[in-house]
Amino acid sequence: MLDVLTGFVAELRQAGLPVSVSEEADAAEAIGHLPLEDRQAIKFALGATLVKSANHWRAFDTAFEIYFSLRGPQFSVSPDDALPGEGGARLSGEGKGQAPSGAGGLEPVTPEEIAAMLYKALRDGDQALLAAVARLAVARYSAMEPGRPVGGTYYLYRTLRNLDLDGVLARLVNEARTAATGGADQRRDMGANERPGGPVLRGRRPGQLTRLEERLLEDEYHARIEELKKEIEAEIRRRLVADRGAEALARSVRKPLPEDVDFMHATRDELVAMRKAIQPLTRKLATRLARKRRHLRRGPLDFRSTMRHSLSYGGVPVEPRFKHPKQAKPEIWVIADISGSVAAFARFTLHLVHAIASQFSKVRSFVFIDGIDEVTDIFDRSETVSEAVHRVNVEADVVWVDGHSDYGHALSVFYERWGDEIGPKTSILLLGDARNNYHASQAWVIRELRHRARRVFWLNPEPRSYWGSGDSIVEQYSQYCDAAYECRNLRQLEAFVEHLT
Amino acid sequence: MNVTAEGSKPRFGSVDEVREGLGRVGYLADDGLSGVVYLADRLAKPVLVEGPAGTGKTELAKSTALVLGARLIRLQCYEGLDEAKALYEWNYKKQLLRIQVEKGAEDEGRRPVGWDSLEEDLFSEEFLLARPLLEAIRATDPVVLLVDEIDRLEIETEALLLEVLSDYQVSIPELGTIRANQIPLVFLTSNNTRELSEALKRRCLFLHLDYPSLERERAIVLAKVPGVTGELADQIARIVRSLRSLDLKKHPSISETIDWARTLVLLGIESVDAETARSTLHILLKYRSDIEVAAKELAAASAP
Repeated sequence: MLDVLTGFVAELRQAGLPVSVSEEADAAEAIGHLPLEDRQAIKFALGATLVKSANHWRAFDTAFEIYFSLRGPQFSVSPDDALPGEGGARLSGEGKGQAPSGAGGLEPVTPEEIAAMLYKALRDGDQALLAAVARLAVARYSAMEPGRPVGGTYYLYRTLRNLDLDGVLARLVNEARTAATGGADQRRDMGANERPGGPVLRGRRPGQLTRLEERLLEDEYHARIEELKKEIEAEIRRRLVADRGAEALARSVRKPLPEDVDFMHATRDELVAMRKAIQPLTRKLATRLARKRRHLRRGPLDFRSTMRHSLSYGGVPVEPRFKHPKQAKPEIWVIADISGSVAAFARFTLHLVHAIASQFSKVRSFVFIDGIDEVTDIFDRSETVSEAVHRVNVEADVVWVDGHSDYGHALSVFYERWGDEIGPKTSILLLGDARNNYHASQAWVIRELRHRARRVFWLNPEPRSYWGSGDSIVEQYSQYCDAAYECRNLRQLEAFVEHLT
Repeated sequence: MNVTAEGSKPRFGSVDEVREGLGRVGYLADDGLSGVVYLADRLAKPVLVEGPAGTGKTELAKSTALVLGARLIRLQCYEGLDEAKALYEWNYKKQLLRIQVEKGAEDEGRRPVGWDSLEEDLFSEEFLLARPLLEAIRATDPVVLLVDEIDRLEIETEALLLEVLSDYQVSIPELGTIRANQIPLVFLTSNNTRELSEALKRRCLFLHLDYPSLERERAIVLAKVPGVTGELADQIARIVRSLRSLDLKKHPSISETIDWARTLVLLGIESVDAETARSTLHILLKYRSDIEVAAKELAAASAP
């Protein structure tokens, strides 16, 4: 067991989780207090001792499932279903009771049967059947190739595509709708759980579904489908571990933590995870900045307060009290390139800056590709920051000629139209990779901005080693900036914004 | 590193015992949660509870105290909390009085006590004001220590807690080190408004409390709201789950769900329809923009 734990901890460290030696010792001790056969309890014990941040739980979860997937009685792989694709698949133990007879034996299951079972499982919310369907579907559709070093996403995709979950969902909702409008007689024949709509519509008078009911129903089915996806993922993982061993698999599914994902190469799923991670991040940042401002330095002696406090020590001023000086909030202008290559980065930065807008006296945003447009009012008019960021991409007028980045033109137009409004309190953030498609740089604009503004920063989502290669002219701009930063992930972005105020 | 004070027996026999105990006092725990509480007792380590507001972090400490029949000592953290408020303080006023009494005695012609014995007297436990942390350490009866909202503390002040949390002792320069008579069960709660220091996290067991699953939320409503029917609780839990899937500024917490359920019961509503949901949304959601979004999503006119 200790060997497994050491391997597991090594894997967590590889995945980027900071696990100290004392925490590892705690984990070992914790396991000793729990029954080893209780997989769930072990998981929580390891989680509580090794993972100290909710953001890291996902990475922990994945690693745990891989390392401990073969170590519970119900998770063991029997020899004949470890070889996928051969002779279809069989149902083992748990699903038999409810499954259609065709699935019980050794003969292959037809797609129609799987679809029927899937439909039934989702409708009734039957856990055991759901797990069984997941096993069958993986066996039938994923077409795994032993020894291939992949993480399993491909197999997952292939399985899900064949199951047509959207179609099933539509069918379920439709059926519930007709059943609800249909008379009570028809429904009386069925048992409480067999009725379409299941628990949501139990005890309801017949009649049309309201929007609310329909919505609740959909959410219920969505939740069940999510469960099915998890089952399928677990099943695929189980087979992959059986095929290639835990360590090899862990290596291929290892993913960076949300705060370390590169803006420029993030996949769609990673972007979703980052969007989730940015919410608490902005909250944290805002609190921290507000606090920092209050505690920046001590002001002059507060005589009144000192006198008041000296009373409790018989008039001896034991505790001198100080006034806290008020610090002016900076005004901030964000000028962001939103062309394809750096769009994700611009979105996150705009999101972050606007989410902590209360920490600045004023925030103005400009976006450009080869034309430039002010988008401040889009943020003012929108209810949430994420909505605004979305609208910026749709509504801003940023294309001048051909929709390829032209920093020179965008900057000179910016200077003509808004240059006069820059004051000595303004900090300017320029976001972009400065890949100018070999247009003129117009770097003098930055020099002028620097003269008028308090500070000018350049944030570049490219790694520093790429700067100045190809058509990147970031050096021409950054020589006039106060500083240029590499800003490739949320962690660096957060560090920069904190530094800004 | 591992401190085991003599005479402190394990409080819980098994994970199930924790869960049942908490269930008896009306706190519905899942496996993970009761497992962590059980381990906290066995490993003699504090539990750091983190999660969104209103998911029962503080309640967990209170309920645990109730189960154990222990006294709950609570340290509410805030910005500017210092040693004098968290650990201990010398009772200056009483010390001054003591000196004055001494002086008075001298004036009346009695023999002075002398500096040495006076100093010893002034810095004895009699003049020590125990603040929550010291109080928890010195207690002889069973106690549960709750350090609430630790993320409000400045990062420098956090260090104050380290000695108490890892070694269960407090060092007072004038008196020496005070060790714990028994190891108290410690809960730290955090709303995650800032990253806590590594040193602190390393000493704790980490428990993330998230919004509960549908089943658990239903059970919580049933347990906490008298007079609610199973069907209404189910409906409430479902609507709240739908709301949490929306993009809102602040998602409804468990305590708000309970408030909402209470309101519905008081209003004598047996089944929530779109209209009732819309008119009582302000109990679940506290931002106007959130209420608008939710009303649009949930309570649109009936489908044709």
